[in-house]
Amino acid sequence: MSSLVAAARSFLLLEIIKGLGLTLKYLFKPKATLNYPYEKGFISPRFRGEHALRRYPNGEERCITCKLCEAICPAQAITIESEPRPDGSRRTTRYDIDMTKCIYCGFCQEACPVDAIVEGPNFEFATETREELYYDKEKLLSNGDRWETEIARNLAADARYR
Amino acid sequence: MTDPTIKPLTMNFGPQHPAAHGVLRLVLEMDGEVIERADPHIGLLHRGTEKLIEHKTYLQALPYFDRLDYVSPMNQEHAFALAIEKMLQVEVPRRAQFIRVLYCEIGRILNHLLNLTTFAIDVGAMTPLLWGFEEREHLMEFYERASGARLHAAYFRPGGVHQDLPDGLLADIDAWADRFPAFINDMEGLLTENRIFKQRTVDIGVVTLDEALDLGFTGPCIRASGLPWDLRKTQPYDVYDELEFDIPTGKTGDCYARYLVRVEEMRQSIKIIRQCIEMMPSGPVMAEDHKITPPRRDDMKTSMEALIHHFKLYTEGFHVPAGSTYTAVEAPKGEFGVFLVADGSNKPYRCKLRAPGFYFMASMDQLSRGHMLADSVAILGSLDVVFGEIDR
Repeated sequence: MSSLVAAARSFLLLEIIKGLGLTLKYLFKPKATLNYPYEKGFISPRFRGEHALRRYPNGEERCITCKLCEAICPAQAITIESEPRPDGSRRTTRYDIDMTKCIYCGFCQEACPVDAIVEGPNFEFATETREELYYDKEKLLSNGDRWETEIARNLAADARYR
Repeated sequence: MTDPTIKPLTMNFGPQHPAAHGVLRLVLEMDGEVIERADPHIGLLHRGTEKLIEHKTYLQALPYFDRLDYVSPMNQEHAFALAIEKMLQVEVPRRAQFIRVLYCEIGRILNHLLNLTTFAIDVGAMTPLLWGFEEREHLMEFYERASGARLHAAYFRPGGVHQDLPDGLLADIDAWADRFPAFINDMEGLLTENRIFKQRTVDIGVVTLDEALDLGFTGPCIRASGLPWDLRKTQPYDVYDELEFDIPTGKTGDCYARYLVRVEEMRQSIKIIRQCIEMMPSGPVMAEDHKITPPRRDDMKTSMEALIHHFKLYTEGFHVPAGSTYTAVEAPKGEFGVFLVADGSNKPYRCKLRAPGFYFMASMDQLSRGHMLADSVAILGSLDVVFGEIDR
């Protein structure tokens, strides 16, 4: 009897028809894909994207050249040089991140004692040449100016977990 | 007179073949359609991880572990974190242990989803892959919400986990865990009884238990051969000894058994995830010893002592007393081990990694001999290899 059932099942392609029914069911489910450049996926406040150097509300740059980010960077992607400014405060004269080396581990923003270097929410910074990915201080500060609202919001949202 | 014997055709499978699961170059000696010898050539993804780790502080070495088996990053970090904790004899807070186990099981499902669905596409079933990646997307979102990265998390740290889980994440994982078994059923509906899938996998690449032990198999591959060997049960780490779950085993040791074991492991992982969420205690997620773990940011900005600890940890790092340890975890693919030798400095003296996939790859010749060319793809898919960890 059981062999008869098995033969009938095999002859009628039952499991194939069941599978096709299942795929048909999925056809009417809401689609999971996103229309990418117009729709984007969810990103949490902790997302580690493109780097930015932040400023204080009065426009003064935050970075004080403690070089912790340079020291912790596992990929050695950060290069910093500094000199005292005429007003006596210590600021960077050079702050370069080689974005082609960076592994986006987030250790730089963890190490930074003044929240100057952060990894912001931007993930769309592809370029056509490698050279454009060698970020200098000017580029990083302009990133900070452009993304400050989002970065400040994300830092505030995450502050109690840090 | 010329020699009348015909030389077997030697052909390359990979390194650019999509079914080679990465950058495997498999040199096959063929007798017609039958494989006479399979010679895996590895090393095309070699990055010198072990050597690089010797030149990094313990914290800096951590992100390398994400990049070994990049399908389940946190399971690798777990082994490294446990190895360091064993050397330092640090007590990890209970909440951190539960979070780690929770994320390890999420990693296991991530891995099995990728493996099973790509295995299916290798033998001709495309739909499970498209469905499976939708589920993986949810899981990677959980990764991202906890750690800030979808893949290369750097979340498990020596002494705990980096940050506490944000509010609402556990509820979302719980809701997902309720939905997920329905997906497993759907995927099984397409594959488990499907005659095409069974014809491609049943009795293909059979490994007997003795062979599996000789070949150094671990993980789902040895369980498919019938041995209920799982490090989560045999030498529990973190809170696995408090959780209730079963170890599925196969009977035949063929590709189909390996598939079935992985499907059942996903169900068991869901069970563990549910228990973790239920039992999740409150409290700190990092050990309080600030000679090893960085202080909280609030403290760092107000307390001089905390600031000094912060600077010390992010420049010099912590020192690990001289000694050695072999610490292994049950990664989704099998036993992932870290053999760590410390010389008392802030950098590992030697860090040898035991990747389960390496032993599976070494068995390719034995498993595929006498099978047809198309079967080598099924065998490779069922062994679950990722070249990040094999080539290191």
